[in-house]
Amino acid sequence: MQFTVDHVIRFLERAAALIRDHSIELTELDALIGDADHGANLNRGFTAVLAKLDDLVDEDIGTVLDVTGRTLLSTVGGAAGPLYGTAFRRAGALLAGRRILESAELVAALEAALQGVVERGKVRQGEKTMLDAIAPGVETFRDAIAQGVLLEEAARQALAAVEQGMRATIPMQATKGRAAFLGPRSIGHQDPGATSAYYIACAMVGDVERLMTRSRDVSSAC
Amino acid sequence: MKKLINGVDAVVSDALAGLARAHPGILRVMRDPDYVVRVDAPVQGRVAIISGGGSGHEPMHTGYVGYGMLTAACPGPIFTSPTPDQILAATRATNGGAGTLYIVKNYAGDLMNFEIATEMATADGMTIASVVVGDDVAIGITELRRGVGATVLIEKIAGAAAERGASLDECARVARRAALQSRSMGVALTACTIPALGHPSFQLADDEIEVGIGIHGEAGCRRVGLAPVAAIVDWLCGAVADDLRLCAGDRVLAFVNGLGATSQLELYGVFHEVARWCTEHAFVIERNLVGNYMTSLDMAGCTVTLLRLDDELLQLWDAPVLTPALRWGM
Repeated sequence: MQFTVDHVIRFLERAAALIRDHSIELTELDALIGDADHGANLNRGFTAVLAKLDDLVDEDIGTVLDVTGRTLLSTVGGAAGPLYGTAFRRAGALLAGRRILESAELVAALEAALQGVVERGKVRQGEKTMLDAIAPGVETFRDAIAQGVLLEEAARQALAAVEQGMRATIPMQATKGRAAFLGPRSIGHQDPGATSAYYIACAMVGDVERLMTRSRDVSSAC
Repeated sequence: MKKLINGVDAVVSDALAGLARAHPGILRVMRDPDYVVRVDAPVQGRVAIISGGGSGHEPMHTGYVGYGMLTAACPGPIFTSPTPDQILAATRATNGGAGTLYIVKNYAGDLMNFEIATEMATADGMTIASVVVGDDVAIGITELRRGVGATVLIEKIAGAAAERGASLDECARVARRAALQSRSMGVALTACTIPALGHPSFQLADDEIEVGIGIHGEAGCRRVGLAPVAAIVDWLCGAVADDLRLCAGDRVLAFVNGLGATSQLELYGVFHEVARWCTEHAFVIERNLVGNYMTSLDMAGCTVTLLRLDDELLQLWDAPVLTPALRWGM
């Protein structure tokens, strides 16, 4: 199966909707161990992305992702803006000029995004950050695709890994970001960045599911 | 929540408009992207000094834009660092051809946004240096230390160096030395209320105080019972001086900073105890600063900063300055 600009745009629309719907929850999680702005900041950023999508339908996938990254960089602020902004821009740079993707290229783009978060945040797994949700998801997806698992199933496995990674941040003690200032008092709370990463992953996988449903519909109609 | 605002979304925007109306002779406020520049920027042949951070700490940083201090400041939303496009726009608008020094407080978001701005400005052919401020001894791990009170002192010192024509390297050098020579510690009596949140970010009982707080409504490192100010100052000064390894006879600048909701009356009481404590330990207070200079919205409490002075830092501190919040010598 193939992945096109339309799918990327629908993923971004879905991500914007999920972030909007969970904005208060994200901010409340952030109030417990951060500075109570994660939901509001991300919602501002994805709302700005949404406003640009209409102008991007004729662009290639790399451009769509690059504009998304730049928009998040210039509207989100805090730590989330540079991290998500860098992730989208790295994926966009890798896919410059591309209009159709195979599964293997999807893996490469996600790995580039992951590497962007690692380098920008100077972060390792286990520090109670968004990386703890993103990294297991990307690794699971990569391994599943390498083993020949179908895209839909690989995406489901990856999403389960992201969710598990998100929950795994609860017992962690933060050593990065503002939660780190709390020391042991950061234990027992789910990381807001890992939570927003989970919603963005949901938006990605939701899109794949819809795509697969539609392709089945098309084949049955034939 | 009871605040003098038109609405949660208008707080920062209205304050920037007010700042522009209040100080037209000192600074200009630019919008979309938001930044504040001194009225005569760019100053040809002078290093530009730029800082920025979340709003909610006023007068920091926008109140320090002007002659002898910041060339520009980039205000983010409340407690949220500014974005790279704000910093890049401020860098372009203040580029006098001698380079730009970013003064960055040690928070993950601030570091990353200034890092991306540095990459963009460098790609544009501008020369950037950065100094990171992390003076809060409440945090044991040095790399994690937050930038608090010392930021104000470093902005003044770096600005004075730039004003007298120092090179980018020299400005960065004195700013780094001032950063290495200063430490801070704070205490909160109440949490602050972030407008978008609508309630205090943590709860303290009437007889409790939080020691080692940051300036973003985050809780501190421990909670203790309320005590007389003399005892509180003993803890704060003790922690600061120990970490700075102050020795008898050292000269210091003592900075008592209010967090937004503590009266000047109490702050002078704090300074009285700081002076008493310094005398007891044979540290010489050469200069002082007492007031609300780096706030945390409406948090009650204070931070105490000690900066070990030498002749050069003292001269730069004493140099003329004309900004909304600090002005002397002219």
